[in-house]
Amino acid sequence: MKGSRQFCWSVVKRTLYVSPKTQVDTSTVPSSRDTSVLVSPPQSDEAALYVHWPYCLRRCSYCNFNKYIPRSVSHSAMRECLQKETETLLNLSQVFRITSVFFGGGTPSLAQPATIAAVLETISQHAQLSKGAEVTLEVNPTPAGMSKLKDFVQAGINRLSIGVQSLNDEDLTVLGRDHSSQHALHTISEARRLCPGRVSVDVMFGRPGQSVASWEKELEELLCVCDDHVSLYQLTLERGTQLFKQVERGELTVPGEDITAAMYRSAREVLEKRGYRQYEVSNFARGGAVSEHNLGYWRAQQYIGVGPGAHGRFVPLSAGADQREARTQTLEPDVWMSEVQKSGHATRRRLPLNRLELLEEVLVMGLRMVDGITHQHWEMFSPSDDLHAFFGQPGDVQELQQRGLLILDDRGLRCSWEGLALLDSMLPTLLVQLETHVLRKGQQRNQICPPSQHREGRQAR
Amino acid sequence: MQLSSINIRRQIMPLMRRFLDLKICRIRRRTDAYSTVCTLVRHRWMRSVVIRLPKQLCQEYSSSSTPKAGIDMSDFPVDKIRNFSIIAHIDHGKSTLADRLLEITGAIVKTEKNKQVLDKLQVERERGITVKAQTASLFYTHQDETYLLNLIDTPGHVDFSYEVSRSISACQGVLLVVDANQGIQAQTVANFYLAFEAQLAIIPVINKIDLKNADPERVEKQIEKVFDIPTEECIRISAKQGTNVDQVLKEVVKRIPPPTARKEDPFKALVFDSTFDPYRGVVANIALFGGRVSKGDKITSAHLGKTYEVNELGILRPDEHPTNTLYGGQVGYIVAGMKDVTEAQIGDTFYHHKQPVEALPGFKPAKAMVFAGMYPVDQSEYTALRSAVEKLTLNDSSVAVQRDSSLALGAGWRLGFLGLLHMEVFNQRLEQEYNASVIVTAPTVPYKAVLTSAKLIKEHGQEEITIVNPAQFPDKSMVSEYLEPMVLGTIIAPDDFTGKIMTLCLNRRAIQKNMVYIDEHRVMMKYLFPLNEIVVDFYDSLKSMSSGYASFDYEDAGYQPANLIKMDFFLNGKPVEELTTIVHKDKAYSVGKAMCERLKDSIPRQMFEIAVQAAIGSKVIARETIKAYRKNVLAKCYGGDITRKMKLLKKQAEGKKKMRRIGNIEVPKDAFINVLKRKEK
Repeated sequence: MKGSRQFCWSVVKRTLYVSPKTQVDTSTVPSSRDTSVLVSPPQSDEAALYVHWPYCLRRCSYCNFNKYIPRSVSHSAMRECLQKETETLLNLSQVFRITSVFFGGGTPSLAQPATIAAVLETISQHAQLSKGAEVTLEVNPTPAGMSKLKDFVQAGINRLSIGVQSLNDEDLTVLGRDHSSQHALHTISEARRLCPGRVSVDVMFGRPGQSVASWEKELEELLCVCDDHVSLYQLTLERGTQLFKQVERGELTVPGEDITAAMYRSAREVLEKRGYRQYEVSNFARGGAVSEHNLGYWRAQQYIGVGPGAHGRFVPLSAGADQREARTQTLEPDVWMSEVQKSGHATRRRLPLNRLELLEEVLVMGLRMVDGITHQHWEMFSPSDDLHAFFGQPGDVQELQQRGLLILDDRGLRCSWEGLALLDSMLPTLLVQLETHVLRKGQQRNQICPPSQHREGRQAR
Repeated sequence: MQLSSINIRRQIMPLMRRFLDLKICRIRRRTDAYSTVCTLVRHRWMRSVVIRLPKQLCQEYSSSSTPKAGIDMSDFPVDKIRNFSIIAHIDHGKSTLADRLLEITGAIVKTEKNKQVLDKLQVERERGITVKAQTASLFYTHQDETYLLNLIDTPGHVDFSYEVSRSISACQGVLLVVDANQGIQAQTVANFYLAFEAQLAIIPVINKIDLKNADPERVEKQIEKVFDIPTEECIRISAKQGTNVDQVLKEVVKRIPPPTARKEDPFKALVFDSTFDPYRGVVANIALFGGRVSKGDKITSAHLGKTYEVNELGILRPDEHPTNTLYGGQVGYIVAGMKDVTEAQIGDTFYHHKQPVEALPGFKPAKAMVFAGMYPVDQSEYTALRSAVEKLTLNDSSVAVQRDSSLALGAGWRLGFLGLLHMEVFNQRLEQEYNASVIVTAPTVPYKAVLTSAKLIKEHGQEEITIVNPAQFPDKSMVSEYLEPMVLGTIIAPDDFTGKIMTLCLNRRAIQKNMVYIDEHRVMMKYLFPLNEIVVDFYDSLKSMSSGYASFDYEDAGYQPANLIKMDFFLNGKPVEELTTIVHKDKAYSVGKAMCERLKDSIPRQMFEIAVQAAIGSKVIARETIKAYRKNVLAKCYGGDITRKMKLLKKQAEGKKKMRRIGNIEVPKDAFINVLKRKEK
């Protein structure tokens, strides 16, 4: 117990890379109850890389994401800083290979193609970025965005994710989008021409005034034009957005719980019928055209987050750490930029994840996939106790299995078709079970051997 | 002129108090001229501010500054003592008047922040009510004589009228405060009669005359009509603005008789309140009915016959202020090494060791009107909760405590309260002051049953038993008759609401006893209610249907036979023990249906369907269904969403541990009490 805390402090002291503003949240530094630290997470020589472009031209009425509507953007400064931070964090993580890159935002299609090229170039200089690696760009289907697609592809982008959201022009206005359905259709076809088989469209349901029938019709329409990948999002009302206020004031009404449930269900059926296999709660792919980058998140693989407000999960190896950290970059672009210029990176918050916290993320993210968590997958994070040991005991989790919502078998742990729609209701139960098990094991170990020997550490290794 | 002087007073008074107290006091005693004081004040502190201070200020100020260090209580013979309480309907400004009296007499420094100084508990300040009576000794100079005025504050809510009667027993007079806008309210009447029956001098004070809608004339007429007090005896004040408050003090001195105690008699004191201090033990508030008592004296409790040595005594101003001796007619506190509150029973008489006196009449013990089970959310917290309950009941002897245990809820207590507010306040204090988390069962009233079964009679040792736990309600086959407690309720409201109120009362099985107009527009109605009909939400319903204009108070009215049955509630066939209720047979169906509907609304959807049922014996009389969740999954979750998502899930997982589980159904622990409290549809 004591050992691990000291260990963490030593990490802090030794980390020269950390900018002065970085805070280490000591409250969650390996908590007193969990003593064993998972020393080297799997594939620590690999990571995915996310780049955040924080700017948008306008504010969508439903969005509470980290984005800024600037009067002007200094593209060259942004480019330099993104490159600089990429370089610093790659060195810090000491990863050997970058498995995929994702440019998200904000509206990353507002960035100059040269910026994308420069960042990719930096990655290649400091790690291996294989030719086939997936490099995705989020695209707003505006005429301006469309005209740049070719240049983006030339810069190294090989997958395009298009934020269509809706094919209904009135709805697009309500959502505050800066494109029309016509723009969307043109952008899709241009994208398919440039990256055949590697275009994804985002579409949103549960919009104000939407009915199940109109949603089904719209989806059918979309499937006629789209490529091999579809992401479905339910519109969520976020506090502080314009849409939230409009709904609160009664100016707009969003469909109720039962209707959105029906929309989700029918979309899953329609997509399945048209050959799109669901592989995650909101993602569907035809012919295996899954998003490797996003799968990485759900498989709890390492990722490096670059850019204002970007999140990362990796072991900062060169700082002497052997524990994965949850890292967040500074939110505001201007502050982020000056920090990067000063310290090479702008990591605002570092939170070492202990064994329990890491397993929690593995569980929560893993169960979002239709294939769930395989035994091999779990074993990488929990070599000593398998899924049966955690979730095969009589209790609430077993009840979920008996009710046919959750499946634990030779393959691993996953949701049933029905269960996937109820995942968020099941997760608290699963998390309680996970914590109880970890705590019980911790107690047993402490009883068997005196804590001073730190057997836990060795076991985890 | 008026305005500016007030402003100046506000600014300078604290300063003046701090620096000038004693000096001015001496000057003031030697001379009669206020101007001397004023000159000094100006000379020292206000060179450029004020030339002439208003006369009133000087007067206030000088009276504030009388005895400071080392008060000699022998300076106050009985004819210089007045013991009084302020009684009022809730929100009529009792605590604000007390604040002003304290300020004027210098017991507290006058600042903007003096709001309900005597309300010390967090719950009192949050709810704006007084729960625990407090005492303050004030020094007031009137016509060159310094008087000792003992103000005994009283709680305002109907649940706490027992405390009012206790406070009154230590007094010779009361200030009956009535809101100049609202006029006489139900508790005004109840409190008036408490004081009237105790034969105290009653000074009617009409407060809030600064309000736009104030109509003091109408209120004076009401007072004349209902209480038979001539209109000219009323004092019109605004406690908030301080208007005429000084007049109140003058009248206290003039109209309230001094206590009749004699210093020469043997020591005899009434314990009218007690609190518990973890370091010193019991602190008893006493009123001396005769003789004197000093530090080191040996005193005996008439009730227990135990003898104690006085370690500390003094007056309350309102903070404890030790003195050497207290004399007949005075009021103060005493610490005498008592370790248990039961040793200083309220109503007990203390006398000097070996000088026994006839004990004072004392009071009826507080009578619990409402009972509820209290259990720790998690049995592992039992010990902690027990110590919290013990500590809290030390300071509130009106709570009846009984150990209890239930199959579903484990070990806990059955507690008796003076009313539902009292229960809520107790619960809130447990949570706020002791950080305890509890499950509270449906409140019930003390029913009685006349047993016929010889076996049961033998078991209980008597034919008539009192049932405070619905789980122990005996079956009809073993009972010749059930009895329910009744109360006589007083409702005062504008006559526009008469029809609505009559309907409400009828629905509550009440019988009208009488109805009179107290002025052209206000009606006072008396109803005989079954207690269980008013316990939970009657007051709220009455308030909301009358837009807050109706007021209510009640008093005990014995027992009456009633056709009672026990009703159980089930979630997916599993009984919910917290909700088991005793109801009148005629109301079983409507109560069952309403409760099921409310349960449906307060239990969140879960992953399976939930049947909510009400049953009498094995017969289901009402049913509702809570549909299962069809979908509950966040639409998207990528790298940037994980942290937020995990935080939310962890919070939900923590919340899960605190839920009350019935079978596999999770119920937020406040759902049940909310179910019981909801207003009628």
